[in-house]
This record gives sequence, C-alpha cells and structure tokens, in this order.
Amino acid sequence: MIPSCMQGAASLSFPIPVYVQSCASIVSQKEAEGPLGKHFDMVCPDPKFGEDTWEASESTLQKDTALLAIRKSGLSIPEIRLAFAGDLLAQTSASSFGIAGIGIPFYGLFGACSTMGEALSLGAMAVSAGYASHVLCATSSHFATAEKEFRFPLGYGSQRPASATWTVTGSGACVLGDCPPALPVPGQSAPLRTEKGCAVIQGITTGKLIDYGMKDSLNMGACMAPAACDTICQNLFDFGRSPDDYDCIFTGDLGTVGQRILQDLLLEKGVDISRQHQDCGMLIYDSKAQDTHAGGSGCGCAASVLTSFILPGVADGKWNRVLFVPTGALLSKVSFNEGDTIPGIAHAVIIEHREVQP
Amino acid sequence: MENPQQKKKQQEYARYVKQVTPMHCLPSNMAKAFLTGGIICVIGEGIISLAETWGASQKDAGTWCSVILILLSVILTGLNIYPKIGRFGGAGSLVPITGFANSVAASAIEFKAEGQVFGIGCKIFTIAGPVILYGIMSSWILGVIYYILRITEVIS
Repeated sequence: MIPSCMQGAASLSFPIPVYVQSCASIVSQKEAEGPLGKHFDMVCPDPKFGEDTWEASESTLQKDTALLAIRKSGLSIPEIRLAFAGDLLAQTSASSFGIAGIGIPFYGLFGACSTMGEALSLGAMAVSAGYASHVLCATSSHFATAEKEFRFPLGYGSQRPASATWTVTGSGACVLGDCPPALPVPGQSAPLRTEKGCAVIQGITTGKLIDYGMKDSLNMGACMAPAACDTICQNLFDFGRSPDDYDCIFTGDLGTVGQRILQDLLLEKGVDISRQHQDCGMLIYDSKAQDTHAGGSGCGCAASVLTSFILPGVADGKWNRVLFVPTGALLSKVSFNEGDTIPGIAHAVIIEHREVQP
Repeated sequence: MENPQQKKKQQEYARYVKQVTPMHCLPSNMAKAFLTGGIICVIGEGIISLAETWGASQKDAGTWCSVILILLSVILTGLNIYPKIGRFGGAGSLVPITGFANSVAASAIEFKAEGQVFGIGCKIFTIAGPVILYGIMSSWILGVIYYILRITEVIS
C-alpha cells in the first residue's frame, strides 16, 4: 500500500521529495531590461525568435527553453518520460507545436497565467507516484500573441488603463526528478545544484475556481486576487502553518492592484503576509521606466521568474521554504464578449531548500 | 442561480476594487487628447489651405486632406509610430480620420499571416467594422427622418 500523501482538504505532501533537476528561462529584450535582467539564461533580441509568425515564435521560444532545461539537467531527451506544458493561445497551440518537435509524451495544460503551477503540481505528482522518473514542466507567453488573442492588433493605437498588465514575452521550463540533481559538469550540464544544496517540491495545494463576479479583463489582478487568497489560506490551513513558516510567498502576476487586494482580503481573514509577499509580475518589470502599468502577466511571467530567480535562490539557500502561487484569470474573448464573469484560479507549490550529501 | 447574498457580496467587492484601482489623471489625459487631436486637425487645415492655394476647389481640397491624412496614418502605423501616438493622445488620435485608418491598417498587418482571404479579407475591419456598420445605419435612419420631414413639409 502506497502511503497517503493527502494533506488536509486540497493539498498533497510528498513523503519523498520531488527534486528540481534543472531550470531554464528565455525572455525577450524588454524583460532583460527589467530588474531581473541578469538572472535569465538567455535573451533573444529578435521578438520573432527567427520565425515568420508570432505564434511560431512563441512555439520556438517554448521549445528552446524546454531543450535548454533538458540540456542543463544533463539528461537525454528519452530519459524524460512526460512533458506538462501550456500557454495562453487558443487550444494551447504554442505548446503543442513547441513540444511536438521534441518527442516527449505530452500533456497540454491550460490554467491561464497559473499554468506553471498546474504543470509543476501534475509533474510533481507523477514523479512522486512513481509514474515517471523525470518530467518536463514548461510554459510560455508572448506579448504579441496574447494581444492578438485577447485584445487588439499590435499596431492599433489605444490607451491602456492603469490597472492593465503587460504580457511577458518569455518562457520557463523545469525538469523534475526523483533523485537529487547531479553535480554540474562545466561546459556540458548545469543542474540546479549549488555547494549548499538543491530545491525540492515538498507539497502542493490545488486551487479552486473563485469567482467574485469581476468582468473587467483589464483589471486581472482584481479577478485573480480572491483565488490567490483562497489557495494561500487553504495551504496554511492544510499544513497547519502560519505565513511566517514561509520565507517568501510569490504570487504569479497580480500586479500592484492585485497585490493590494490580496493583502486586504487576507487581512480580513486574520492572515498577514505583507512581510513575505512578492509578486512575479511586479518583480519582472520596472513599471515606471518600462510603461507596464500594474506589472507583468502571462504564463511566461511566473515561469520565467520562477526559473531565473526563485528556484536558484532556493537552491542557494537564500530562502529555506517558499510558496509559489501563480494565478490565472480564466477568460476567453468569447466569454468576455458574452458578458460572462472572469473566474480566477491559483495553484500553490511549496518549494524547499534541501542539502545534498556529496 | 445567483442568490441575493452572493450578489451583494459581488457588488461590495466591485465597489472595493473600484476604490483601490488607480485611474489615469483625467485633466492631463484630456489635455493630451486636445493637443494630439488639435495637431492632427491643424495639419489637415494646412493641407486644405495648401491645396486651395495650388488651385483646388474647396471640395477637392477636402478630399486631398482626407487622402493625405489617411496615407500618413497608414505609413505611421506600418512604422509602429502610430501606436505610440495613440498611447499618448488617447481619443485625440482615435477620433480623427487617422484613427480609423490606423485601426484598418493595424488589422491588415496583424492578420496578414492568416492569409489574403481568411486573414486580411475577413479581419481587416475587426475594429473599424462597428464604425462602418453603425455609421451607415445611422445615416440611413437620419435620411428616412429627413425624407419624412420633407414630405410632411415640416422642413422645406
């Protein structure tokens, strides 16, 4: 009998930790000019990534990031048994075309901007259950494809409200596995392992769809903050923890408006996370200098910040335990035009520092 | 369906969100729109005066003005300059004929990758479509009203 991993009502605690073998991030010039610029693995100055269409460029971006993560892990492609990937395009086509060329058995996911949390959750479950020794988790977003999918053509001269966010052109990918990452081999591989240790996924909390009746697609922070609040509370409750048990709580892309709302909603419930809360959307851009209004968004936002900044930080022991909570606003152009509300979702992933015996 | 308590909660949340959501400064936005729209109109007036001094009739000068402004807008859209003007000027760059030309050109550029028929053909008026449809429809309705007022001799 396999020991139960279930923790509380909506969480899992993995008895054997799931190790992050490697992580990679590729972004465009705008993200590289932001505060996290020096952390990304690669910056592509060509926003089309050498392709003819925006959709193809996002696929290439995700594929290159996935391949980079695999290369860094020191594993070969056939050793990766499953890929969990997603993006913002209709029918998640960027991932389908991107991962298709690599030839790993593939699950396509859609959780809007929370997709990285979904991919990590399912990937960690698969590894922990023994269904795969190594899995790939990847997501991407592209400013141009997202504008086309959800808003206006790029050349259209319109004004964005102050609550709007800027879709990150970037991708993040991780390889998860059931054993500690190998030591780096200079010039060949660069697994996520430092002298101090590595990063492991210790547990997850799966988010519920939360709908507070918001309809404004240009204020996504307000649509998603209630979901983040619900998931964070559920996580704390399920694990019997207080916010101080986490060195940092990273939400995905709430932006300045959503951050304020999240902290207020949590305070109403008697939870104060103001000391440890950070938002990937606010970390990735300098909103004043880069004219991004409330912050960054998109599947690539949380994913690229996770893989460039959060995971290396945890592996290096900068933080001992963090909660990664990417948030998604589940709308389509049709549901928006038909006047539907915009439900939010957030998935929490507990990432811990772990020492590795040499 | 929705119960009243849930609806009340939603309204409360919407009110709270409105309170914490920052807005663009209205007076400064209006000033920028006035400036941008004003400059576009001054350019238009310049074209009309120039055409008239070169011997065009008043009507022809107006046509020259429209044609040149549309051309300028399309070129600026292609060079990715018009979106920047739009971001600064808001309605000031949206309302004049240049804004209309921008919306058509931007769609054509964006959807070119989807083909001549299903891309450009179907989607070129994605943004301008409502303006065309309801523009024609409202002028038709006004025409009918004008016609009725004429035959009932309310106006001569």
